[in-house]
Amino acid sequence: MAGMTVAEKILSRHAGRPVAADELTVIDVDAAMMSDTTAPLAIKAFREMGGTKPWNPERTFLVIDHASPAPNERIARLHDIMREFSRETGAVLYDVGEGICHQLMIEDDRVRPGEAFFGADSHTCTYGALGAFATGVGSTDLAAVMLTGKTWLKVPRTIRLEITGRIRPGVEAKDLALAMVGKLGFAGATYQAVEICGEALVPMSLDERMTIANLGIEMGAKAALVHPEGLELPYDFDASAISPDPDASYVRELTIDGAALRPQISKPPRPDATVDIDELIGTKVDVAFIGTCVNGRLRDLHAAARILEGKRVAPGVRLMVSAASQKVFLAAAKDGTLATLTAAGATFLPSGCGPCVGTHLGVPGDGEVVVSTANRNFRGRMGNPEALVYLASPSVVAAAAVAGEIVDPADLED
Amino acid sequence: MESRFTGRAHVYGDDIDTDRIIAGKYTKTLNLQDLADHVLEDLDIDFRSKLTKGDVLVAGTNFGCGSSREQAPLALKVAGVSAVVAKYFARIFFRNAINIGLPVLEVPDLEADSGDEVEIDLKAGVVKNLTKHTEYRASAMPQVMIDILDQGGLVAYLKKNGTYDASAL
Ligand code: SF4
Repeated sequence: MAGMTVAEKILSRHAGRPVAADELTVIDVDAAMMSDTTAPLAIKAFREMGGTKPWNPERTFLVIDHASPAPNERIARLHDIMREFSRETGAVLYDVGEGICHQLMIEDDRVRPGEAFFGADSHTCTYGALGAFATGVGSTDLAAVMLTGKTWLKVPRTIRLEITGRIRPGVEAKDLALAMVGKLGFAGATYQAVEICGEALVPMSLDERMTIANLGIEMGAKAALVHPEGLELPYDFDASAISPDPDASYVRELTIDGAALRPQISKPPRPDATVDIDELIGTKVDVAFIGTCVNGRLRDLHAAARILEGKRVAPGVRLMVSAASQKVFLAAAKDGTLATLTAAGATFLPSGCGPCVGTHLGVPGDGEVVVSTANRNFRGRMGNPEALVYLASPSVVAAAAVAGEIVDPADLED
Repeated sequence: MESRFTGRAHVYGDDIDTDRIIAGKYTKTLNLQDLADHVLEDLDIDFRSKLTKGDVLVAGTNFGCGSSREQAPLALKVAGVSAVVAKYFARIFFRNAINIGLPVLEVPDLEADSGDEVEIDLKAGVVKNLTKHTEYRASAMPQVMIDILDQGGLVAYLKKNGTYDASAL
């Protein structure tokens, strides 16, 4: 038998038999997660299916993060449905302010290498950072997982993406992630898994790997699996179970020259409209946003603080920051990052999705230009279809906040 | 579910994301009519007024990319769209649509203009453009999806079958 890709290895283990790309199979699922956008519908569907208790309440997670705290009574009622479900069934609830679902699943050790994790949120692919086959599904599919502990799927073919060379100072994991989406395109990995590897990844922390895996869905990928070379976790894990066999077969193999990479920006309204920062220097900015499940972690806030230290945001620019979790917020409070950013003029928002999805908080005005560390810049994404959203790294966003326009962060340092 | 029906086409382009099908700010509700009221609003503000119950949405490649929100196919279904035909779909949208009982067909070479009368035969997997007198074959779906759609969605399917049966794939 031919060698296996990472997706084939993990899915074979969960199918209880060897499976290869293109095969349809039923697998056992390790964990299920949903947010306040998807949980109320999932709970409704679960009850309609005749469900009373999830197959495994300790491995069923509900996170109130998308519109959190509740901006109105309608959403407050949806949050209550989640709290009540958790009380009744023992499913694990993360309430208002604890953080963004994807950050919490990894930070709180809810997902481990080699697991099959299903989340009713498209960026569930983030857990590929630690070698989990993690994918986003809709509410009814998630309800079915809660009912049966299983799901059906087609084993995906895999694209191998190698990032050669070490990235230069000033270039961040986010730049790599945007370059990847630009190269493969918006639908470049639809129905497929992507394995991401190469010298550039080896020195990266789990945080940075999360940023990279997070954007897998922006290429349509079913799962984004980062190879484990250099991965450090606070427990032992079997790296061979999340590494491909040497003779695994791929549908496509691509490389990106990491050493040559400049900071990247994706232009509205497409995450794959990626260009070198140089093309956009001088673009006037109204709003700068640092946060989300892509770039709301401590190292991201540190990157922003390095640029904003002792400076003020440009007149007329609004800088909003949201830590990806309460733990991140607390760490930033303890080490002074919060003070640095606030002194520079940043407004802190609750830990959660905040302005990312336009549900509440920080909606931009008509014709305004936003630079954001998020993963999506679709029309209307931040709540106003007349605003323009550019995607970039935390350093690029912080530099734009100081300059009032897009600048190369390296130019601010001298 | 009726397996053969006709409807008027509304034709749109490639890469229509779920944010444009139903914006994030409208998704937090269990009142499905609220969703329908805002369907496709950021793509075509007049879509709602042009839509008649039973009409068919025709799109290009990668329809439904982006978020996993099931509110997207639900909004289309509740608004009265009888089926979506696209060159191909984003993966999560495709699954969600079948799960909630909205027929979706992948037809790589479909040609249609807005206003054309199209006939859809789900069992045969055939889409006919009655106005242009052309006929197209939809890509085959896995048996489990055909069964789920046939029973009106995943809720009904699991109520009947209890779980997924590997031999029914
Ligand atoms: S931060 Fe944005 S992309 Fe991440 S889970 Fe929240 S809404 Fe989705």
